[in-house]
Amino acid sequence: MFDNLKLMFTHDFLVSILLPALIGGVCVTICASLLGVTLVLKKYSMIGDGLSHIGYGALSVAAVMNLAPLKVALPVVIAAAFVLLRLSSNSAVSGDSAIALFSTTALAIGILVSSKAGLTNDVSHYMFGSILAMSREDVILSIVLSIIVIAAFLLLYNRIFSVTFDESFARATGVNAGMYSLIIAVLTAVTVVLGMMMMGSLLISSLIVFPTLTAMRVCRSFRGVVLTAGTVSVVSFMIGMFIALMFNTAPGASIVVVNVFFFLVFWFIGKLRK
Amino acid sequence: MKNIITCNRLEASYDGTKVLEGLSFAVREGDYLCILGENGSGKSTLVKCLLGIKQLDSGSIEFADKLTYRDIGYLPQHTEMQKGFPATVSEVVISGCLGRRGIRPFYSSEERKIAEKAMERLGIKELASRSCRELSGGQQQRMLLARALCAAKKMLLLDEPVTGLDPSATNEMYELISELNKKDKMTVIMVTHDVTKAMEYADRILCLCSCRESFCGTPEEYSTSHMSNKLMGESNV
Repeated sequence: MFDNLKLMFTHDFLVSILLPALIGGVCVTICASLLGVTLVLKKYSMIGDGLSHIGYGALSVAAVMNLAPLKVALPVVIAAAFVLLRLSSNSAVSGDSAIALFSTTALAIGILVSSKAGLTNDVSHYMFGSILAMSREDVILSIVLSIIVIAAFLLLYNRIFSVTFDESFARATGVNAGMYSLIIAVLTAVTVVLGMMMMGSLLISSLIVFPTLTAMRVCRSFRGVVLTAGTVSVVSFMIGMFIALMFNTAPGASIVVVNVFFFLVFWFIGKLRK
Repeated sequence: MKNIITCNRLEASYDGTKVLEGLSFAVREGDYLCILGENGSGKSTLVKCLLGIKQLDSGSIEFADKLTYRDIGYLPQHTEMQKGFPATVSEVVISGCLGRRGIRPFYSSEERKIAEKAMERLGIKELASRSCRELSGGQQQRMLLARALCAAKKMLLLDEPVTGLDPSATNEMYELISELNKKDKMTVIMVTHDVTKAMEYADRILCLCSCRESFCGTPEEYSTSHMSNKLMGESNV
């Protein structure tokens, strides 16, 4: 344990690995929790999950074909987000079964391709995340994209609220609700791809869903939920990373466990209040 | 009184079938117009056309005084999704100001005042910081009506505003709407299934029928028309 602690404070590790991972991680965590608020309230949480599996498929194919993983995964996942959203808003096809269909297909392709090529190491990173193995380029890209997502969310905050709360009213006031759904889908796609590099495709949806559900246990207002979800997610991330480094556990899984812990605490507080 | 909305020979279809055909009527300033009609008669489609959400196949909707679709305060049909939604009453009410805000990202103090006035007008000012999931059905409808008032310059369009309310809350709601019409000079267009209340409160009735026939006139004229027999006949079954 103390060896780990010592290692944490060596200069090289701190500057070249830990610091970038923490900054990138905090940015992506904030994005996921902000978008999570709309996704959960609009009952789109499964889209995040489906997208992460599609992202996994895309990343595996990219790894096998020796292409830059992000440059393949981003457009594929954004396109998938468009399609899934279309399907969810179209009552003729059931949205959640469409997501199940897409995500298992992508997962199967990903596993087939990577096992055939014998590339299991890189790919398992994407399955379970590898925040400490992110390249410098990835870290910079995640920070830039996160800033874009956060800025878009802040500028569109009131419209996003209106569309989330009551789409038919929002349309009547001249808000192009369809376009906002698309913007949210694209931002989600970007966040999911970044998030899977650190948390893994299995855990990214918990990063989207947990902070909002946690905040909803105690908050009355939409703004309260947004602020609390953001704070809880960052705190969970930091504590989770600390646990992972101290006890040599998987970072992604540790962060999720801390999120679960906060959810239970907030749930209890919410019950006490009633 | 002059016409505030003039609809000329509206045609609109839904999923490929025509639901509005050759529908012409006018809404006058200060009117209390009730839209009646059985399910499938095209009421919801007409509402969407009036709000500019749905494209007409042909015909035209003309607004007077440079008003536009966005100057209509809209109260949508009751939806289940709002249950459990974390938002305070004031957050919901002020979202009615979105339409008048253009591309500015945040609300101005003037818009906050508009929202406050609307809450005061509907007697829900004490509820401003309460969460909308803690409200009773009647209070929720008041909140949504306040939001509609924020968007409304002269007109309110209410789509079945009393669905799901208990009798006393229903009566309160009708009184409130009538007051907004009489005292605040709001033009009211209301879609309803309640023929009796419509006859009691409305100045004019627009009745749609799934046979694409329509009627527009005063409640007295309506009660003697064959359209009223049709609709009443059905509701008596």
